[in-house]
Amino acid sequence: MTPPHAPAAPLLSASRLAFSRNDEPVFGPLNFSLGRGETVLVEGDNGSGKTTLLRVLAGMLPASSGDIRFDGIPASRDARNGRVLWLGHRTGMNESLSPRENLAFLAGLYGTRAGQNPDTAMAAVGIEAWIDEPLRTLSAGQKKRVGLARLRLLPGDIWLLDEPYANLDRYGIDLVNHLVAEHCRAGGAALVTSHGAVRFADPNARHIHLVA
Amino acid sequence: MASLTQTVDRGTGTMDVTAVARSSRRPGTWRACRALLRRDFVLAWRRRGELFLPLLYAVIVTALFPFALGPEPELLGRIAGGVLLVIVVLAMLPALEAMFRADLEDGTLEQWLLAPQPLALLALTRVIAHWITTVLPLIVVMPLLGALLDLPMKVLPILIVTLLLATPLIALLGAVLSALAAGARRSGILLALMLLPLVVPVVIFAAGAIAAAQSGMPYLAPLTWLAAALVLAIVLAPLACAAALRIAVES
Repeated sequence: MTPPHAPAAPLLSASRLAFSRNDEPVFGPLNFSLGRGETVLVEGDNGSGKTTLLRVLAGMLPASSGDIRFDGIPASRDARNGRVLWLGHRTGMNESLSPRENLAFLAGLYGTRAGQNPDTAMAAVGIEAWIDEPLRTLSAGQKKRVGLARLRLLPGDIWLLDEPYANLDRYGIDLVNHLVAEHCRAGGAALVTSHGAVRFADPNARHIHLVA
Repeated sequence: MASLTQTVDRGTGTMDVTAVARSSRRPGTWRACRALLRRDFVLAWRRRGELFLPLLYAVIVTALFPFALGPEPELLGRIAGGVLLVIVVLAMLPALEAMFRADLEDGTLEQWLLAPQPLALLALTRVIAHWITTVLPLIVVMPLLGALLDLPMKVLPILIVTLLLATPLIALLGAVLSALAAGARRSGILLALMLLPLVVPVVIFAAGAIAAAQSGMPYLAPLTWLAAALVLAIVLAPLACAAALRIAVES
């Protein structure tokens, strides 16, 4: 129970967080925190554990040691679910359904941000013309944009974005930066992985470096 | 619930995050289940050709029996109940395997896991949608299949009630195994092997009810056993299914 206007604990914090697969350390131990309005960029080469770190934070993999807290509360399904939005390598959407049907289904699970619906979200990422086409007819970059529309549509203050720049043209890259900046301005936070090849908008973003 | 109040300049920020953690904004479980049902029905309609296959299989196999055994109404009528039961079970099997596969592959399950909804209820909803789209049509054509095999009219209602109890039970058991096997490549044979020992008791009780009805004996006891097992499965199978889905996403 967090009383309103309590001294703000960081949205997400990790201490001595480590993960090993078959006794082989993948990353960590890591200490970091993610406050409201903050963006943290996770950098590292291929195979350095960026995706694994995000999966551990999202609760899709159990951490080997250390702990994760949401608003200072130890991570649990109740503390996490509904607050974390996940954008991974896979679209998270069915190829036979249109963006509108996919987004409407996810809105049924997560709810929507005030004033948003699938149409406004698709318009915000610039592919509203494709809203009723089956997802399989869209290009990889367009699918990624539908994923971004999902971020725009669903509530959830912690964004875990795994390689959001992949497959996007430079307008798409600007769009990701714009969405992340807007999200942070509104009090959200984002953890973004990147292999470092792309320029990043927020010059104040903190970096976590992972080494393979 | 923790309410996270935070002042946001609504003039500039078009995205309202203050509402994010407010639990009242979360869609109710009922709404989530309805959204899932609607999605699954739309998908089933898009792939209605595939859904037609189990039906076609059941009709073809049923139609072949009189040719293979000879058209003696007495013999056919005696074995019809059991034959139809086995045909329905076999027709169900291939679709069971795919119950969660596509959602695991395209990452939809990751979205399920992070949604503020009980995963077990989503799994139960999926089983219900699966049963309605793949099994219910088989039960609907049962009078036709029964006629092909000279099933005595007095047995038909009992056969249908038996199937209405036994097939959801098999679908629930299959869902757990399908979730367990979802991560494995080519899990079809694996699933059939794992499902066999679980399906045998269901088939025995179902066949018991049909045989009793056919010989004019009381058939209520095996039906009640099936109903009890179904209630138990409705409560427990979704929980096991949710645990298995978490493992599937982890691997």
